[in-house]
Amino acid sequence: MNRYYWILGAFAALVVLLAVGLNLNPREVPSPLVGKPAPAFKLAVLGKADTTMGPEDMKGKVWLLNVWASWCVSCRQEHPVLVDFSRRGNGTPVVGLNYKELRGDGAIDMRRVPAEQEVPMALERAQGWLKEHGDPYLLTVMDIDGRVGIDYGVYGVPETYVIDKAGIIRMKHTGPVSPQILNDKILPLVAELNK
Amino acid sequence: MILARTLIFALSLLSTAAFASATNEAALAEDPVAERRLQDLSRELRCLVCQNETIADSNAELAVDLRREIRGMIRDGRSDSDILEFMVTRYGDFVLYRPPVKGITLLLWAGPILLLFIGIFAMRGYLKRRSAQVAVTNAKPLSAEDTRRADALLKEIDDK
Repeated sequence: MNRYYWILGAFAALVVLLAVGLNLNPREVPSPLVGKPAPAFKLAVLGKADTTMGPEDMKGKVWLLNVWASWCVSCRQEHPVLVDFSRRGNGTPVVGLNYKELRGDGAIDMRRVPAEQEVPMALERAQGWLKEHGDPYLLTVMDIDGRVGIDYGVYGVPETYVIDKAGIIRMKHTGPVSPQILNDKILPLVAELNK
Repeated sequence: MILARTLIFALSLLSTAAFASATNEAALAEDPVAERRLQDLSRELRCLVCQNETIADSNAELAVDLRREIRGMIRDGRSDSDILEFMVTRYGDFVLYRPPVKGITLLLWAGPILLLFIGIFAMRGYLKRRSAQVAVTNAKPLSAEDTRRADALLKEIDDK
């Protein structure tokens, strides 16, 4: 009889292992960028012709970088949270990184978009979306071809980065920011970094 | 009927897949060596959007972008390890289908060997115990009663 106990024990251990494994979210891939300097970029600012912006412009501030696009359904879900966050005005700037506004939209056949029209179309769409849903951003930069997105390891829009005064990425959140994540994770970290 | 429908569905999937890879391959066809390297490299890399597909197999937006990125780096004469490094610094070890051996992946790599040794150990113990048991049984001659029963059983078989 005794020998069956350890078989039962091994089975229970296996069940625990599988239960833990199956409850992990495979989408939550730890970013190797946390603790590293925010990759540099120089991108056009939405709505301000001929102006560019990069992470070095934010030196000395704790800020959030939020990756969004008008075609991204989950962005719609998190957007009110960001709008509310910016209205509360606690002084933490949120920079929008518009990721592949046209190219990322599965509904658009890029072969039918003339090359010279891509940028104006993307700007118009992005602006229209912000007008409709509210603009929580200090400014939005346009990553038309997704090249900067690759440098930031973006793989599922929306994504949000917390960047400290020295320009080091302190946290990355993949997926929509919920009020809970904002209050429990992002805000305490921002307060800590602002000390 | 269901089988036929499944078959048609599978065939249509196959044909679209073939078409998709044909359009991708056209881009680097002028340089078969580079194309070969692109194929080999992207087979080592996981697509983070669909997770269980390689960048070579996936037609997700991101995989297309990353293939373009790798293509560009090959054109610039970067080495394979450079290119893999580029991917790891952005997406982490998770992009590699063969993760490097280090602290956090030790159990992953050593686990199967560990299990094999536990198995060998358990089996040796079992065999030892069993042979001891057999030796004990063989050492004892059968009692008169047992001999009679054994004979009766053997006879029963012969009679059938």
